[in-house]
Amino acid sequence: MARAGVARSYPLIVRAASQQAKHIMAFELRRKEWERIEKEGIAAYPEECCGVLLGKEQEGRKVLSDIVPLNNARKDSPRNRFLILPEDFVRSEREARARGLDILGFYHSHPDHPARPSDYDREHAWPWYTYLILAVEKGQPRDMTGWLLSDDRASFLPEEMTLSDDGTKFEARSGT
Amino acid sequence: MSVKVIIPAPLRQYTEKNDSVLVDGQTVDEVLHNLTERYGDLRKHLYSDEGKLRSFVNIYRNDEDIRYLDKGSTAVKESDVLSIVPSIAGGATAMADGLSLLTKD
Ligand SMILES: [Zn+2]
Repeated sequence: MARAGVARSYPLIVRAASQQAKHIMAFELRRKEWERIEKEGIAAYPEECCGVLLGKEQEGRKVLSDIVPLNNARKDSPRNRFLILPEDFVRSEREARARGLDILGFYHSHPDHPARPSDYDREHAWPWYTYLILAVEKGQPRDMTGWLLSDDRASFLPEEMTLSDDGTKFEARSGT
Repeated sequence: MSVKVIIPAPLRQYTEKNDSVLVDGQTVDEVLHNLTERYGDLRKHLYSDEGKLRSFVNIYRNDEDIRYLDKGSTAVKESDVLSIVPSIAGGATAMADGLSLLTKD
């Protein structure tokens, strides 16, 4: 797919920093990781893919350096659910630490569903982590958006994402 | 008597950035109760509005999930380490699926 489409489909929306989360984060990633997440989403379609975002956070700026695809443990309902088991979480964290990295968050896909968090996503979310959501429509990757849980757990706040290759910024339009 | 509780990265913003905390208690429930008394902002991330431990919050005593021990009544002693370990869950729709994340009972 045309790479230019990535930037075009995510108009930058200027918004005042929200007071709803303790730490307003900015998330930086390279096209390389973006495309890997898209490939994961395509390969898993019509099921959901999921994985870990690894990198470093400094003063509210998260920089992604790698992704680690994980097994979706929801064998009963893989088309609209994903689950990363605690033992997989612990293993990922250990591997991250051995590489001098931290878990910054998680990605998952929404097959034939918009790239915005569902109530189910929010009810199960942890604060601080970035939740990247990729919409995959009829097997093709569409929007990708990033979200942070608000401190009161009532909403997901859109997180500003920057493609570090060329500085393109994009942000989802609004929370749920 | 106090035990060490390991706090996962996403919750350290509520524990004054501490990655582990010493907390008094004889059972897991007591320790978690005392922990959330000390750090009130932790409570809503660990417990549902009904006061139940959230399904995606896993508590390990040393290397064992307390679901396979005595759950909240699991006894703890001085040398034990309790870890709060996330499971990560989500999905495209809010459709009720009637299945708890992890079998608890
Ligand atoms: Zn989702």
